[in-house]
Amino acid sequence: MDELLRLLKENALESPANLAKMLGLSEKDVKDKIQEYEKNGVIRGYQAIVNEDSLNLDKVSAVIEVKITPEREGGFNGIAGRISRFPEVDAMYLMSGAFDLLVFVSGRNLKEVASFISEKLATIEGVVSTATHFMLKIYKEKGVLMAAHDENERLQVSP
Amino acid sequence: MKTNDSKSHRDYIATHLKGVPRSGIRDFFDIVSSRKDIISLGIGEPDFATPWGIREASIYALDRGATSYTSNLGLESLRSAISDYISDKFGVRYDPASEILVTVGVSEALDLAVRAIVNPGDEVIYHEPSYVCYAPIVTFAHGKSVAVQTRPEDGFVLERDMIEKKLTDRTKALLINFPTNPTGATLNRGQLEGIAKLACERDLLVVTDEIYSELTYEGERMSIASMPGMKDRTLLLHGLSKAWAMTGFRLGYACGRRDLIEAMMKIHQYTMMCAPILSQKAGIEALRNHDADVERMRRAYEKRRNYIVSSLNEMGLSCHMPKGAFYAFPDIRSCGLSSKDFALRLLDEENVACVPGTAFGSSGEGFLRCSYATDIEEIKEAMKRMAAFVERGARNAERGPTPFS
Repeated sequence: MDELLRLLKENALESPANLAKMLGLSEKDVKDKIQEYEKNGVIRGYQAIVNEDSLNLDKVSAVIEVKITPEREGGFNGIAGRISRFPEVDAMYLMSGAFDLLVFVSGRNLKEVASFISEKLATIEGVVSTATHFMLKIYKEKGVLMAAHDENERLQVSP
Repeated sequence: MKTNDSKSHRDYIATHLKGVPRSGIRDFFDIVSSRKDIISLGIGEPDFATPWGIREASIYALDRGATSYTSNLGLESLRSAISDYISDKFGVRYDPASEILVTVGVSEALDLAVRAIVNPGDEVIYHEPSYVCYAPIVTFAHGKSVAVQTRPEDGFVLERDMIEKKLTDRTKALLINFPTNPTGATLNRGQLEGIAKLACERDLLVVTDEIYSELTYEGERMSIASMPGMKDRTLLLHGLSKAWAMTGFRLGYACGRRDLIEAMMKIHQYTMMCAPILSQKAGIEALRNHDADVERMRRAYEKRRNYIVSSLNEMGLSCHMPKGAFYAFPDIRSCGLSSKDFALRLLDEENVACVPGTAFGSSGEGFLRCSYATDIEEIKEAMKRMAAFVERGARNAERGPTPFS
């Protein structure tokens, strides 16, 4: 992967000037590259990683294992496309193994998520079955631990 | 009447220790540790915690009751892992049964190596500026340390002819450390070959401290041990502290000819017995399965290096691009301050700690060691403060004859 993308994945707020210094490029090169990545769809967006557990939100999240019947033309993509467009769906993956789609959904409460599953998701033609798991606690997201930082005293000057 | 509490005025300290100064790093540490809220670029260890997989292997071993001594040489499985690793990365194969000794950090390996080879009065050549322990451990072994000064204008490299000038009939060994702490210098193939040839011609032993080897950012990574004719006359010392971020595990090793390893083992077995078993277990995991973690950290250091070197040059402190290790070594002579004064005043006025170059030998005068094994956000803030400090000094210099006053 391009080192620029790696750095942006770590901290999307890093300024082009600093990125340029770290990569040994000019600021203009960095800006141009970012623009190019945005234009050709390699970079799809920028988001903060929020520890939602710390906010006491009215929000529940669930992971749903979905089995579907692939279509003659288009395979899984037709149905997957339909499901992924629902705003309730945060993330979705095609999986190998005992089920086909892994769907991450969220809503304000249990009832809202349940009704999305039973009324919207399960009724789509081609959906064979669903198995829903509600999330209880976030430990890590996007490679970032949600618990407080480990405090470990390092010497201030060492060999 | 005799009393038991009579004061003794006898000097118990061994004579040969008296000329050895305390580490300049230690001196500076005492000043820094009395202060709060400083940003430290004085730290010679990774800011990363040991990769979790390695820590987990050590925890698992503890769970399983691995709490005993190991063989003096170290666990056989660790020596095999070391043998494979060195063969893979450096192209030299050492026999795990007789040519590898596991030590408590590379520091112990250095001490053992010197004690194993030095007779009283033997000379050991090393290069300066260098890590703080080389000269003292030669003195402890009743040998004579002979420094070769490397020069900023050559990027602090070591060449054959520089060593040749220091050779005498008593010269027994050459101690090298590339990439170098504190200069970040590395040697290219030609330079290593030149030194290797000299060692062969003059029948010298080369002790090579490869602790920063993985943290090479430019050029080919190689060891003098792999040069023709050198395996038998090289002690290759390495450890897991830096590249695997395992300083607290205290795990190092020595590879070399059977008789040399046997001699080092003799001292090790009577003084240290063995490296801690939990560290050894972690070491096996580190060497077998964590190349990707080493590479991840190396890439992070490389970006910080680029950032810090370009920032230092921007503020007017000329700084060569270090090719390895994790230290920038800027030239501060343009400020008109000694290394120590610069470091003290930077600490005093901006709360930024760096180590004066003189801690690494007199040829470090005029330089400052800034570690970039520090979080990038802290580096950014430190560079801002240093730039303000340098700028203030330059302004004052225009007004009067004494800069920074």
